[in-house]
Amino acid sequence: MFAAGAIGSVLLKRNNLAANAWGGGLAIAGSAAGLIFSTSILFNGNGPSFGTASSFPLLDITFCLDQLAAFFMMVVCLVSLLASIYSLGYVRHYYGKYSVGVLGFFYNTFIASMVLVVTAHNALFFLIAWEVMSLASYFLVIFERREPSNVRAGSLYFVMTHAGTVFIIISFLLMFTLAGSFDFEALKAGVASASPLMKNAIFLTALVGFGTKAGIIPLHIWLPGAHPAAPSHVSALMSGVMIKTGIYMLIRIYFDILPDTYEWWGLALLAIGALSSLLGVLYALSEHDLKRLLAFHSIENIGIILLGIGSSLVFSSAGMDSLAALALTAALFHTLNHATFKGLLFIAAGSVIASTGTRNIEEYGGLIKFMPLTALFFLVGSMAISALPPLNGFFSEWLTFQAMFQGVASFDAASKAIFILAIASLALTGGLAAACFVKAFGITFLARPRSDAAAAAREPQKVSLLAMAGFAAVIAALGIFAGSALREITPVAANITGTPAIATATNGFQSVSIQDGFASLSMSAIFVLFAAAVVSLTAAVFILTRRVQITRGRTWDCGADLTPKMEITATGFSRSLITVTRGVLRPQRETEIEYHDANRYFPKTGTVTMWLHDIYQAYLYQPLQELTTVIANKITRVQSGNTNAYILYIFFTLIGILVMMDLKP
Amino acid sequence: MSVTLVIYWSLQILLIPTLSPLLVGVTRRLKAVLQNRTGAPVWQSYRDLWKLFHKNEVISEDASWIFLIAPYLVFAVTLIVGASIPLITTALSNHLTGDFLVVVYLLAFGTFFLALAGLDAGSAFGGFGSSREMMVAALAEGGLILSLLTLALLSRTTNLIAISENIHALPMASFTPIVLAFISFSIALLAENSRYPFDNPSTHLELTMIHEAMILEYSGKRLGLMEWTSANKFLIFISLGANLFFPWGIASSLDPQPLMLAFAALAVKAMIFCAFVAVLESSIAKLRILRLPELMYTSMIISAIAVGLVV
Amino acid sequence: MNLFQKIFSTPRTLIDKKAFSATAPAQPADHELKEKARKLFNGSLSIRLVTAGSTNACEQELIALGNSYYDVERFGVHFVASPRHADMLMVTGPVTRNMRTALEITYNAMPEPKIVVAVGDDAINGGLFKGSYAVLDGVHNVIPVDYQIPGDPPSPSKIIASLLAILNDLDSSAKKS
Repeated sequence: MFAAGAIGSVLLKRNNLAANAWGGGLAIAGSAAGLIFSTSILFNGNGPSFGTASSFPLLDITFCLDQLAAFFMMVVCLVSLLASIYSLGYVRHYYGKYSVGVLGFFYNTFIASMVLVVTAHNALFFLIAWEVMSLASYFLVIFERREPSNVRAGSLYFVMTHAGTVFIIISFLLMFTLAGSFDFEALKAGVASASPLMKNAIFLTALVGFGTKAGIIPLHIWLPGAHPAAPSHVSALMSGVMIKTGIYMLIRIYFDILPDTYEWWGLALLAIGALSSLLGVLYALSEHDLKRLLAFHSIENIGIILLGIGSSLVFSSAGMDSLAALALTAALFHTLNHATFKGLLFIAAGSVIASTGTRNIEEYGGLIKFMPLTALFFLVGSMAISALPPLNGFFSEWLTFQAMFQGVASFDAASKAIFILAIASLALTGGLAAACFVKAFGITFLARPRSDAAAAAREPQKVSLLAMAGFAAVIAALGIFAGSALREITPVAANITGTPAIATATNGFQSVSIQDGFASLSMSAIFVLFAAAVVSLTAAVFILTRRVQITRGRTWDCGADLTPKMEITATGFSRSLITVTRGVLRPQRETEIEYHDANRYFPKTGTVTMWLHDIYQAYLYQPLQELTTVIANKITRVQSGNTNAYILYIFFTLIGILVMMDLKP
Repeated sequence: MSVTLVIYWSLQILLIPTLSPLLVGVTRRLKAVLQNRTGAPVWQSYRDLWKLFHKNEVISEDASWIFLIAPYLVFAVTLIVGASIPLITTALSNHLTGDFLVVVYLLAFGTFFLALAGLDAGSAFGGFGSSREMMVAALAEGGLILSLLTLALLSRTTNLIAISENIHALPMASFTPIVLAFISFSIALLAENSRYPFDNPSTHLELTMIHEAMILEYSGKRLGLMEWTSANKFLIFISLGANLFFPWGIASSLDPQPLMLAFAALAVKAMIFCAFVAVLESSIAKLRILRLPELMYTSMIISAIAVGLVV
Repeated sequence: MNLFQKIFSTPRTLIDKKAFSATAPAQPADHELKEKARKLFNGSLSIRLVTAGSTNACEQELIALGNSYYDVERFGVHFVASPRHADMLMVTGPVTRNMRTALEITYNAMPEPKIVVAVGDDAINGGLFKGSYAVLDGVHNVIPVDYQIPGDPPSPSKIIASLLAILNDLDSSAKKS
């Protein structure tokens, strides 16, 4: 169905409306079908696994829909369904400016390739699907090709994703040398007898390769450029699901294909996750481009997911399989949750940006009066990502915490210290994320408009609002009925880690208990009690104060003039946090003041700009780039331009090959 | 659920809002006595609240529905947290909302909406009040979670009421982690309740305000709810500190005699905490805001060491 | 420990409440106090202070109200940081032209029921500065005034006595109606 949508969009590209409807409609249909299919597999057990073998190894197409693949396919289809509904309204902004048909083509290809990536069971087929996904997303990133920043972001993304793919290929090749075939089952059998050195090598190359796609620090530099550059529904997909495909393969390789794990792998992942989440949220705090802010939060949440995966690896290396399943469940649940609330935040941000024409938070303000429903949905997304009960973000962070608590309780010395550091970093991250979203929501939607663009904002189309409502409903449902959701997800983790017994139990009234009552909560009870408290309180106060009147007046600002400059800016809001973490962030500040007179006594305007020094470019990538250029310059001496020299090279190569073939039996 | 259980639960939920203004009054009175004057009577807060609930309100034209509902949300949060913590007896068990992470994040929910309400009216004070409050809240959460984690690991459960029950029966070897966790918890208590050295609750200078700046725009009943909420939070933290770290006197059944004793014990412990806060506020100065994170990092490190020391 | 030794060894300096009853009561101005105001201040009064171009003499006396001699807080009265929190607005100074708008904004920002008290001769009718081009000759020319406390400046004892008399006035009118 996706293929039909893709091709049809290209053919119809003359007629904007039809292209939009055809591309969007088929995307919706395809996603819906995929969603129903994968959830039915999740509920019923293992799904089909089929393949078409052929004599030419490159054409092996095998799919396997086991629990893990079905779970990720469900995540992909859920987000793409709602994002496609949103796109029906949003794409209208592109009529007349860019080709909507081409957008539809690449969009459908992108979704199709993601589905193929998570269901592939053959390494070559997987790589082909991976490459298609990268290419499709590259074209989507540079879709608005007349902006030079978009093209730059796209190029960086292209280079980084292919650098990552190189590592992935190396990883698969290492496994291939042990196994002899590219099929995952064969790889699994082959790696079982590998030496520790090989296993460590596979671990590291897979980590770097898939980590680049997932956006681990310091491999993340493409993320803050690429996600904002793409159209908003594509950003929702990229941030919500594409980076999760990296996580999917990490889980697949570490738990399914590699037979046993070493403790230092899990501890390394814990450390990387802690670092990633803290740095991600700190960088997000210093951003005032709305989409870049959301992109950095994706990095933070990937860090949290890695915390879960890392704990799981540590537990499984120590043989505590039920706790490993618990930690993996936490990571999977957070994957699902993040996809939902990041999707919601990106499409709400997309509506805001399309409506005001700017991505700079400093120019927003007061949008809650012009776009009330968008504001409400953005608030739901913000509350979910800040892990506030009773929404789903809180539950998955709670599960991750519980997994790490068990880790502290079970291990000694060095492992315990790393778990404690991970817990401290997750606690800090939760608080800082809440701070960042108070800033994002507050400065965008509350107070008075700071520019004319903000004052002219209007609500987006009904169909976009419908998509946002869909996301919000999913978030609320996953949060309030977290117990039932947990019951469905734990078999996925159990399947992968191979344990029958799980450390969680779901009892009546949606209450969940970990490890026989070490910890327990009930999300529905929290929600019900909270709602009851608010309702009864409001009723009591209303009855008590019914004769009180309310008048509307001017904001109290010590009797001064109420200009938009009175309101706090985004830079000002996060200034205190940036200043206290300046050792890590290295902020730089520039103050420009324009004066009325030459003696500089009467200032006219003043601007303070604060930005962060990009340490990754400066200390990691720039030296690498220079090294590569130096090496390349040295090698150009081989290309002398002399034909005779080239013939000599060919001659030596032939002799070398003959000698090697002679040596091998 | 039997009728007596319903009655006891209602008493537990209503205890916090009923007694919290008294606690604020006691602290204020103690500070006044230390300043060689008499100060307002201890029940002055009740009179203030009564008056506020009978006054009209003036609401800014720039404020949205978030400003209007935020006081109800934050007050409701304190009500639910009141139902999840050990106050008088450990016989009322709450396995649905009693997890300590639930309590910490519910309080974070309250802070989230308080900060949004501060931003809503578009005044300069509310804006920077929210900015500072989020900085302090974000950094204090770490120390709070780790100190409660120490207790949870020692008593093998994360349920607050059950922790209170189990801490009783611990050997002396766990003395050091509990003391370290208590130091860290006290710092978090001062941070979350806007006390010295983090914030001055009775200042008039906007540049020195954190919590007060966010509620400058409120009037009438909503102001009453906001002030009541901060009093509730104070009592919640004090009863957590008293019942988790020093659980002697807490009742383990629902008989009236032990309940009375437990109530008296809680009152005594609360008075000691109030005296400690009053003496602290009378002897040290408020710290500069950019030096507060050092204090909170110290809290986090101390409690991390405490967790590490748990066998 | 030096601080605590000092705390416990300093003698009590609090002036007794009875000392304030005999001195001059506040003089009610012409403005008719609203019905609701009388019922309300049942032991709790929040005051917002606005200096509308005053010489700060009255402010010195008003600040002295909170010290350990006069201690106005024991009567349930305290100063607040925002007019939204306040019941009573105390204005000092003859209201310079530049402070006119700010004073009006402050008055409008206060929720009903509210009382306005003009403290000091300057605030009542311009005092020392009466007739100057820069002042508006008294608070009553800008916002409605309910009570006045004369003096240049009135001593803290006089201010407290007047405050207590105002509160009694409010309570007794509440009891009457």
